[in-house]
Amino acid sequence: MHQTSTAVRPEGGHRGPADVHRVPATTTTPVGSLSTTRSLLRLLRWARPVVPRMILGTLTSLGASVLALLVPQVLRALVNGPLLGAGSRAAVVGAAAVVLLLGVLEAFLVWCRRALVAMPGTGAENDMRRALFGHLLDQPLAFHDRWSGGQLLSRSMSDLNVVRRWLIFALVMLVVSVTTVVVGLGLMFWTAWQLALVYLVGAVPVLVLGFSFRERYKVVARRARDQQGDLAGRVEESVHGIRVLKAFGRGEDALEDFVRQADELRGTEIEKARTLSRVSLALGAIPELALAVSLVLGVWLASQGQVSVGALVAFFATAAVVNGPVERIGALLAMTLDAKAATDRFVEVMDTPSTVVDPPHPVPLPAPGPRGSRVELRGVRFWHPGSPQAPVLDGVDLVLEPGTTTALVGLTGSGKTTLLQLVPRLADVSGGQVLLDGVDVRDLTRADVRAAVSVAFEDPVLFSASVRENVLLGLPDEPAGPDAAERERILAQALDVASAGFVARLPEGVQTRVGEEGLSLSGGQRQRLALARAVAARPRVLVLDDPLSALDVTTEAAVTARLREVLRGTTTLVVAHRTSTVALADRVAVLEDGCITGVGTHRELLATHPHYRFVLTAMRDEPVLPDEGDEPDEHDEHGGPDEHGGPGAHGEVRP
Amino acid sequence: MTATAQRPPSGSGPGGPAGRGGDEPDAEGPGLAEGSRPSLRLLASVLRPVRGRALATAALVVLSQVAVVAGPLLVAAGIDRGLPALRDGDPVPLALVGGGYVLAAVAAGVLSAAVVRASARVSQAVLLDMRARVFRHTQRLDLEFHERYTSGRIISRQTSDLDAVRELLDGGVTTLATGAVQMLLTGVSLVVLDLPSGLVLLVAVAPGVVLTRWFQRRSQAQYRRTRTASARVIVSFVETMTGMRAVQAFRREAASARTYGALTEDYRQATADSLRTNGTFDMGLTLIGNVTVAAVLLVGGLRVLDGDLAVGVLVAAVLYARRFFAPLRDVGMFYNSFQSAVAALEKLASLLAEVPTVPDPARPQRLEHVRGEIRFDHVSFGYGDGPTVLHDVDLHVPAGQTLALVGPTGAGKSTVAKLLARFYDVRTGAVRLDGVDLRDVAPHDLRHGVVMVTQEAYLFSGSVADNIAIGRPGASRPDIEAAARAVGVHDLVAGLPRGYDTDVDSRGVRLSAGQRQLVSFARAFLADPAVLVLDEATSSLDVPGEQVVQEGLERLLRGRTAVIIAHRLSTVMNADRVLVVEDGRVVEDGSPAALVGQGGRFAGLHADWQASLR
Repeated sequence: MHQTSTAVRPEGGHRGPADVHRVPATTTTPVGSLSTTRSLLRLLRWARPVVPRMILGTLTSLGASVLALLVPQVLRALVNGPLLGAGSRAAVVGAAAVVLLLGVLEAFLVWCRRALVAMPGTGAENDMRRALFGHLLDQPLAFHDRWSGGQLLSRSMSDLNVVRRWLIFALVMLVVSVTTVVVGLGLMFWTAWQLALVYLVGAVPVLVLGFSFRERYKVVARRARDQQGDLAGRVEESVHGIRVLKAFGRGEDALEDFVRQADELRGTEIEKARTLSRVSLALGAIPELALAVSLVLGVWLASQGQVSVGALVAFFATAAVVNGPVERIGALLAMTLDAKAATDRFVEVMDTPSTVVDPPHPVPLPAPGPRGSRVELRGVRFWHPGSPQAPVLDGVDLVLEPGTTTALVGLTGSGKTTLLQLVPRLADVSGGQVLLDGVDVRDLTRADVRAAVSVAFEDPVLFSASVRENVLLGLPDEPAGPDAAERERILAQALDVASAGFVARLPEGVQTRVGEEGLSLSGGQRQRLALARAVAARPRVLVLDDPLSALDVTTEAAVTARLREVLRGTTTLVVAHRTSTVALADRVAVLEDGCITGVGTHRELLATHPHYRFVLTAMRDEPVLPDEGDEPDEHDEHGGPDEHGGPGAHGEVRP
Repeated sequence: MTATAQRPPSGSGPGGPAGRGGDEPDAEGPGLAEGSRPSLRLLASVLRPVRGRALATAALVVLSQVAVVAGPLLVAAGIDRGLPALRDGDPVPLALVGGGYVLAAVAAGVLSAAVVRASARVSQAVLLDMRARVFRHTQRLDLEFHERYTSGRIISRQTSDLDAVRELLDGGVTTLATGAVQMLLTGVSLVVLDLPSGLVLLVAVAPGVVLTRWFQRRSQAQYRRTRTASARVIVSFVETMTGMRAVQAFRREAASARTYGALTEDYRQATADSLRTNGTFDMGLTLIGNVTVAAVLLVGGLRVLDGDLAVGVLVAAVLYARRFFAPLRDVGMFYNSFQSAVAALEKLASLLAEVPTVPDPARPQRLEHVRGEIRFDHVSFGYGDGPTVLHDVDLHVPAGQTLALVGPTGAGKSTVAKLLARFYDVRTGAVRLDGVDLRDVAPHDLRHGVVMVTQEAYLFSGSVADNIAIGRPGASRPDIEAAARAVGVHDLVAGLPRGYDTDVDSRGVRLSAGQRQLVSFARAFLADPAVLVLDEATSSLDVPGEQVVQEGLERLLRGRTAVIIAHRLSTVMNADRVLVVEDGRVVEDGSPAALVGQGGRFAGLHADWQASLR
């Protein structure tokens, strides 16, 4: 049918040339240059288990096609025999019965194909989707920094849908169509070779066209996907950045950009249709033209007695069966191209190796010393992939003594967060070593390291789950981990340490669902839950990235006091921007120009380390250093700094 | 969660014309009539502007099918008229038939190509319109909606649901329309050609209709299930990717994979179920078609024997009968796109039906030169249907004053800020800017006059310069750099690989939280508003960074009204006036020095802070 070609369209999205920065450009080229077949063959990695059923499905489908091709032969016999010769009613009934039988069988085989292919097709899609997800979970943060979420999402949803449709529909139909055409042509030659020759002459350009349009279509199809991915990215940003857009009243500008981009996509889609229409012109006209010529020739041959009327009838009936597949092949090839593009995009992600991997022969997690774990950073260097000339960390030497708390102080952008990420192996060093109790963390499995090292981020992420689940995230699950009562105790203690009393006042207490799909909490509340989460994991090493930045002074004081108690015995590294956070620490390390330039107590460093002084006391009313000329008048005026801890407002917080 | 957050489609109002969507035979199906009215209304309204072109496309479809349907008729004519005439030595009838066939063939090709182009034009125009509508509406909806509906779901409306609509428009509609026309023309041709054969075909229509109805009913539920399942998969995916750091740090990879695996398994089940239904439908159609061919052959064959029917006509009848049910298979193939598009349209329609609780004023009042005087007139407020979080706040901030809000987390400071930026509207009372209720201020003037900088410094993909320029689109590079200098981010930006043209990546992850705050602060600087609201806008800065901002701030705030929420008292001490907010009420109000002198809550905070500096 003519419309078949118009109906087959790919879906999904991809990045656009305008936005290449989102994705590492280097990974695209080699993948894109693979041939379609080789590209699609890589699907075998995930589709292998379903191959037998796919083959069986294809075979039944072939059977159905052959049955359909047999009907014209019955017609031929019927016309040449009973209808034009001796008119036996029984013969007509018999022929009709045979056609009926063939028809019922064909229907049964059609059903078999669907039943055979549906499960494995969706199964392969599902396996690939899960494999992709698992692969993404395995990728280091650097990967996720590079790839936009929209990109990954469109690969996991739209692209895999395209692949599934190709597997269970286009692939099978392609095989069946080609076979039907070949067998049908054979039958046509057998029936009336002169006419078949004419048909073949018509079919060749149709098939050639089906192939030749590939290149142009491939280019446009890829561009359409790219632009669609960009558009999805734009949507994602407009939703995540809604507060900024609203605050600045930039909704209209965002809309303008979006519409411009959507309009570009529209242009590409129309171009795609134009390419497709040229093919459907040929596909629509050529086979019919061949039939027109065959008709004239056939009738003439029949008038000469060279071909029977029955053969003429059978020829046209067969042509009616074969026409569909001949025309469909082009569209199926288009689907195949789409599937190739989708596969490329999928494999592109799957083939990105993780740069933070478990060692082939992991060392068991060493036992901590009697006073706790010791962490040592030895000559640690770190640079972003591809920029070794601009290292973020350039030879960091730092020892976290067992059971002590070390504050890490440095200017914004000095690499403190990067350094923290190296300890739980959220990133790996570019040079040097991070040692946990004497073992290079890269010799341990990531699971072991991360079980030993717990983190609270400054910008906390809560999941769509209850407060309880969010806080107890780092505990092993029930059978291996602590029992229910113990878990409740840990939960209560962690919430207490983080001064998260507000939880009790949430609609359903610790059962309240928070996160993306639940109740939204303030920044300070989220930060405290993230802190509770880090504490609840009861790690050997605790890594805190400015964990109190969103808290008000009173709450901060309360959290600090309790935290200090809990931290006893836990080796802790805490990024600090404020004196109040530094107060948690036994000693302070100063990160400057990618190196540790000073280690000591707060007072020592204040006295001896100019950079430290700058980082912490640029604040004009810092009381410790009146000689810095930082207007010490204010605190003199407003009462002594030695006053007691403040009014009983600790933990006065409301949801 | 999915169900609660979405309004059921309101079944009220007149159904409205279904637009071109009514072309296909199934639009009136029993399962559809109830739920799809808002969705069909939506479809109709986006189709209205392209009505003319849609009709032209429909005409092309009809013409192209006429050309296609002519084939078997011509074959019959060739056998029944051309052959005997030729045997009698008259080639004219055959030549006529041949000529007619060539003409039909060329017309079929040209017209079907035209259909492809024309339908792409129509559907792309419709899609663009719909995309823009949904985007615009989403932007217009208030933050309360965004928080309730969740970003994942909003994104899936605009991506996968619009994709479903695209799939329908892109080929689906043409296919259905073409199929319907083809069936109609084939049926009519056969009835005209030979009434008894036509009657056999008409009898076969009955089981075809029954089967199609069965299919509709069954697949509708299944496709809904599929879409819901896929939305869940998307939400889970987005959440995990967004929270990847925490997932990895707390070794939740396996648990996440399990959750995700269960969701994708649901999705797979749903997809496989609907595929199986399709298979049954396909088999049923093949069966009905083949039985019809056999019946036509039987009836026709017997009549040929009786001399009531020419052989050529019988051949044409068989060809038609074979062809007749083929479009229904396409209907089956596209019924899924149709179904998912209807389901998607429903969701889109219900999203578009969401009324912003912070609506644009009916009669906007212009405020071209905002002075920056703020008044809270007995303002009470609570989020959604939740408890009251601000109780009768009465406040006057003269133009040019710098006001700091202090109080425990959750006391309502941010709420005050959000009301001032009109992220939300008050429950009772009014917030006024220069004496005008915010709800009456022209949105453009309000956004120009009042700018809020929040703690979450979201960066958009694009360059650093682009991100700063959000404050004032079209700002020149020197202006952008001046703003960056003022907040002390210039040196940092200049040090980036490509300076101001450096891409910040999708989520600005490469810049630290503090750096992002500086960039978003530069935005506000560039926006140059009369009223500046800073909600913990400098919380992630280090001390030297904050000091630079402080200095810039002093310059910036001269002659402006500012409302600052900061937990650092260093910032607060520089304010003209401090409000201590507790439990949604203002409990202290005065200059910082005066409040410290009073020995109240602020004095306590101040003492705490002083102690923490030791």
